[in-house]
This record gives sequence, structure tokens and C-alpha cells, in this order.
Amino acid sequence: MSAQSQPQFPPVDLAATEAILARYAAEPKHLISVLQDLQLHYRYLPREALERVGAALGVPLAKVYGVATFYKAFSLTPRGEKILRVCTGTACHIRGAPLILSELQSRLKIAAGETTPDLRFSLEAVNCVGACALAPVVMENDTAHGNLSVTKVRRLVRSGAAGSRGRGSAELPRPDDSPAKKAEESEES
Amino acid sequence: MAETAQARFASVEAFLRHAALLKTSPEATQRRVLVCLGTGCMASGAREVAAALERALAALPAERRVALNLCMKKTGCHGFCEKGPLVVLWPEATFYKGVKPKDVPELVERGIVGGEVIERLLYVDPKTGKPVEKYGAIDFYARQTRIAMRNIGLMDPANLDDYLLRDGYQALAKVLAGWSPEQVLKEIEQAKLRGRGGGGFDAGRKWRSCKSAKGTPRYLICNGDEGDPGAFMDRSLMEGDPHGVIEGMAIAAFALETREGTIYVRQEYPLAVEHLERAIADARARGLLGERILGTDFSFDIQIARGGGAFVCGESSALMRSVEGKVGEPRAKYVHATDKGLWDKPTVLNNVETFVNVPRIVEKGAAWYASIGTARSKGTKAFALTGKVKNTGLVEVEMGTSLREIIFGAGGGMLVDGPKGAFKAVQTGGPSGGCLPESLLDLPVDFDSLTDAGSMMGSGGMIVMDHSTCMVDVARYFLSFLTDESCGKCVPCREGLYQMYRILSRIAEGQGTEADLAKIEDLSQAVAVGSLCALGKSGPTPVLSTLRYFRHEYEAHIKEKRCPAGVCKALITYSIDTSACDGCGACLAACASDAITGTPKKGETFQINTLQCDKCGACAAVCKRGAVAIS
Repeated sequence: MSAQSQPQFPPVDLAATEAILARYAAEPKHLISVLQDLQLHYRYLPREALERVGAALGVPLAKVYGVATFYKAFSLTPRGEKILRVCTGTACHIRGAPLILSELQSRLKIAAGETTPDLRFSLEAVNCVGACALAPVVMENDTAHGNLSVTKVRRLVRSGAAGSRGRGSAELPRPDDSPAKKAEESEES
Repeated sequence: MAETAQARFASVEAFLRHAALLKTSPEATQRRVLVCLGTGCMASGAREVAAALERALAALPAERRVALNLCMKKTGCHGFCEKGPLVVLWPEATFYKGVKPKDVPELVERGIVGGEVIERLLYVDPKTGKPVEKYGAIDFYARQTRIAMRNIGLMDPANLDDYLLRDGYQALAKVLAGWSPEQVLKEIEQAKLRGRGGGGFDAGRKWRSCKSAKGTPRYLICNGDEGDPGAFMDRSLMEGDPHGVIEGMAIAAFALETREGTIYVRQEYPLAVEHLERAIADARARGLLGERILGTDFSFDIQIARGGGAFVCGESSALMRSVEGKVGEPRAKYVHATDKGLWDKPTVLNNVETFVNVPRIVEKGAAWYASIGTARSKGTKAFALTGKVKNTGLVEVEMGTSLREIIFGAGGGMLVDGPKGAFKAVQTGGPSGGCLPESLLDLPVDFDSLTDAGSMMGSGGMIVMDHSTCMVDVARYFLSFLTDESCGKCVPCREGLYQMYRILSRIAEGQGTEADLAKIEDLSQAVAVGSLCALGKSGPTPVLSTLRYFRHEYEAHIKEKRCPAGVCKALITYSIDTSACDGCGACLAACASDAITGTPKKGETFQINTLQCDKCGACAAVCKRGAVAIS
């Protein structure tokens, strides 16, 4: 994990790691809780922070990495501001989740598990978010969007693009010309 | 009452006095506007509806508000998620569905102040076409027996007094007023309560063996790591009735004479964590948790552990490793958790729904509970009814209720009309369960009948499938799920399930041979025998059950290179039926691979270039005239 291969890694402020460590007794059993708080703060688990946590809790770095890579809640690379979790639970699967996922992949031009280079979106395919009655479902951070269709997903991506800190110049890719766009919009209304 | 409202209850008597006083207080007789803030309703905009209602009610003149004797409650999930956002007026039990913020002024003016019924917001019975006014008269609710979910939707989960008004903590008080731990154990044994998490293990027996095991302290764990795709009753219970979970655990802890409890909650359920944390803090502040509960010698406290997003952690031994801060790998089952569980001490682990049943059993007696259900499965079971059914949501019915009654009674029948929308199968038990065909619709559902039929109860997910669902694809879906979630410890699970996945993928792509089916059956056996935990042991069940009941679909894929449901991409082609196409152009906009040609104009039609088409189905999903044909 060299700095060269992952040029987008931001510098890590370890003060936050110390603050998080201060919330827990220095015992190995708190490892997962500490990592959860780190993930929430940094949106990933920086190597420097993991080294510090291992030393503080008395857990070898290899074990820390074992836990950090075992659980899906953790990521070793930075995640986007908006994490779109496409539910691929059974109920969503039979109500069209694969279509929703492929639509998001082609709109965001990333595969599931990846983050856009500008760190605005992360796309994940997850196993059941427990909102099965509204299948298919996409979670946008902690907000659930239910009964989705291809058009609703497009709207979701567009509103996300418009809403994120005024970087509107980076238009999301739209493979269409104007009549088709009109047709799409007439369908949304 | 005001002075005792937030104080610790010094004794059982003080608690009972307060609870009795509460029932005669103005609070108890208030009219309630119940707004569902369950996850489902929130996704449909319930938060905005609640905010609008709050504003509208606050804007009423003060004397009007007093005269109306009104309060608004943000409740947990009513279960009828399909129809959200839901607003219920109580005690008159008027049920409004699909409420939007713009409906709020009329709802307050006419519905609440005026006392009228607003017909356009009522639920319409699809069978009669007539609106239904009362909560209990709606088929979806009328056909349920709610024991575990008795409180959800009728109270504010963040309000301890609300729980007390619904007889909350009465069972704990009853136990602390003079029962012995042995008496509680006997009561649960006699009620024949079986664990609701999956296997249906006898809860009383589990508690008994933990208690007779050597070593202290004993630990108590509530498994809220509801990982089965298609199940969300535990989420609704933790979010909508957190005190019910706490009370059940406290009674179990009394029986087991333990003082430490843990609730392990899925990472995906932040609201459940929030509500449980609040409820635990409130219970502690009032002397219902912590040191010397209700002034007795019994002390017990609960901590919350958040999961890390690993399905295998729903398995009890893996969950305990996770609580210890380690990688969640299961271990061999010849060492029972009741002997060596968390920190290698005797441990009882039960699921959320199991604990919620406990206070009711203590309150109403084991004989009452054992009178409900079937010979070997007592009480009720909550099911998450989803998929291609009209009324999706949470349904709690007596054990022994038939699949038909659940799906076509409470569930209201199939979602889509026509031959494609007819019932094909129902999937129960998540990735450890199987798909049951139409011929088994009259099967009375309990732990044993489902296992005998080649599926299992699991945590209660029930996913209804119609003829647009391909059973080969469903089996492949579960294998993909399991290969993704296998922890990798046992080779037969890690590699065997993956090889099965590859074979099924081959079949779905039209490359399968007849020998493949025998290979799958062989591998299934090896995986089931050679894996330590239920993830691997029952991993082949979805495949085996579809082979048992839907072998003809596998054969169609292999021999005729045909996917009867029109799902498997390699075996289908999309085309546009020019006689139905009206040239609207929606498909053109939907197509991400530029495979559709034509000009959007009335009278024009479109064509699909099959070479360029990646068969994503986007065009079929947006076409309002059903002009996109799959063959």
C-alpha cells in the first residue's frame, strides 16, 4: 500500500485517532468499536491510524488488519462522501436490483465496491438492508430510497451530483441526446 | 406523580404504584395521533409528514388543544410498509395510508379536529373495492395474532411511560416480587418456547444447560444481527419496542443469575442502536436495569455491540468472537456455547424475537402460551412477507397457519395479474432455506413442517415469487451470496459453494450438461458434511430445494437452452413489438448501450439491435405499453 499507487490518500490527522482511543479502555476487546469510530471519522482506515490503534490496544498489526479486512464495514481506501448501497437481498433481487445496480454502475462509471476519483460517490452492492417491503432499495448514506426504478435512480444520482458542495462542473455522464432526455423527463413527471 | 416521574423506583411496590397511577393519569386517556417512523415509512417520506403534523397541531389554539386532549406519537413500524407513510388515530383506530405532507392540513382540520373520516386516505380492500376505516378490520391486520409485535406501532419506543402504559415491565416486577430463578426457568420450559433465530432450539433447555454448566460469570447475549436477506422483524422489534427486548433479557438474566448482557446489533441498523441505547439509559435511570433492580438483590446491565457487516456473525460462535473484538469465525459445535461461550464462559444466546416473547409468557403463564400453535411449535411467528405479493410487510401469525393463509390472506395475494404473475414459489429461511412450490401452499407452517419439506423456518423471511422469477437464477443468487459471506475457514464451504456457483452459472448461460446436476448433488453433500457452521451445512439447501421441486426448469436450461421465466441473460433476446409501440422513446433514453434505434415521434417505432443489446432490461422496465418482448 504505497503512496504512489494510491495518490488520492489525504494526509492523516492522528489527533482524531487519539480522541477516539480515549473513549475506550485500552483492551483488545474494544478493537472493533474503535475501528468503527475511525471508519466513521476518516471514511476509511488509514494505515497510520491502524498502527497507532494496534499499539494502544496491545493488538499486533497483523491482527488489526485481519479484523479490518474481515468486516465489510471497514475500508482500507477512502470512501466517497455519498455511499450508495444497492441492496441485493432476495426480495430486491427478484424485484429488479440487478438492473438498479447496472444502471448505477454505468451512470457513475465505477463498479460496485469502487469510489469515483473525485471521492464524491462510493457504490456498494450489499446483502439486505432490511427494508424488503420497499424492494428494490438503495441506501444513500443512512437514508433509504425504496420502490426504485431506473428513472428514480437517475434522479437520485442527479440530485446527489447537484447537492454536493457546488462542484456542479463535473456533470454525470448521460448517454443521450435531447429528445430522449425529454422523453425521460416526461416519464418522471 | 410529577416528582416520581423521573425517579428511580426504590422497590417493586413503588414501581407498581407508579404504573397504576399512570393508567389513571390524563396521559392514559389522551387521544393519540400515531405516525409510523419505521424504516419503510421513512423511505416513503414519513419524517416530513410527522414534521407537518407537529406544526399543524402546535398551530391549533391552546384551548382547542386542551379540549381535544391530543398527543402525537412517533411510533415504530406498523408492519404494513407497502402502504406508508401510515397515520393511525387512537383509540378510534382510524387507519390512514399513503399520507403526504400536503394531506396534513385536511387530516388535522377534518380528521382530527372535526372528527370526520377522510375517505380518500383510507385503505381500499382490493377484494371488495371498498375503503376500510378501522385498523383491525383490514385483512392484513385482522388475520394476525400479535404477541411479539404487540406494542409496535402503538407507542413511542423512546418513551418509557408509554411502555408502562402497555403493561411494560409488569412481568419483570412479577418475577422480582417473589419468584425464584428456578420458577422462571420452569415457566419457560413449560411454555416450550423455541428460539426464533433459525434452528428453533428449545430456549428453556438452552437456559437449563447454561445454568448447570461449570464456571461463572455466565453471559447473556441477544442476537440482533439479522442477516438473512428478506427478514426485518428483529429490526422492527429493536426499533419499535426496545424495552420489550430489555425486559425479556432482564427476566432471562434473573433466571440464569447473571449480571451481564450484550445486544449485538447489525451495522446496517443505526436506528435500532439509537433506540436501544436510549431505552437502556432510561431503564437504568428508573432502576429497571443496573444495580439492585427495583430495590431487590438482582443486578443486571446491558451493553450494545455493533456488528461489522459480516453475515457469518449471525452464527452464535462467530458472534461471540466478534463481541470479543476478533475476526468472526465460527468454531466447532461439539463445544456448546452454554458450556464455553463468550470469553469461554457459559453463555446463553437468543434472538430478539425470542426475548420479546418472554415477558408475555411470564405475564400470562406457560399454559396460555403452550395453548397457541402446533404440537411441537408453540406461540406465534413473525414473518417478513416480501416479493411479488400485494401486502408486503410484517405478519405475525399463530404457528401452524398455512402458507396459503399467510400469502393470500394477510398478504392479499399475488402482486401482478395474469399468467406471468401467478404464484410459483415461496422462499423461506434465507440462504439456509429453500423454495416451496404451489403444491405445498396448504402446509401448516412451523419449525418441523418446513424442515420436512426441505426448507426451514430461519428467522422468518418469506419471499414470494411468481413466474417471472427463474429458479436457477434464485439458486445461483443464494450461492453467490454465500460464497461472498463464507468466512473461509472450512474448505468445503469456501471452495465447494464456489464450484457449485460456477456450475449453476454455466447452466444459466446455457452451457450446462445433464451430468452437472449430479455433480451439484454430490458437491452439496460434501459441503453439508464438511462445514462447521450452519452457513456451510445448510448452504446447499436453496439449490437442493429448487432441484427437488423445480427440476424441470434446470432441464429447460440444459436441454432446450431456454430460460422459461425470461431472466437468464444468455438465453433470452429482447425485441420491440411494433404493434404495441407508440414511439414515446422512453426505451431509447433508458438504454445505456445504444442498442435501440429510432426517432421518438408518434407513429414511429423502435428496433433493438440484438448484437449491441446487453440485456439489462432497462427498456422493458420503462416501457408503459409492455411493447418490449422477451423471448
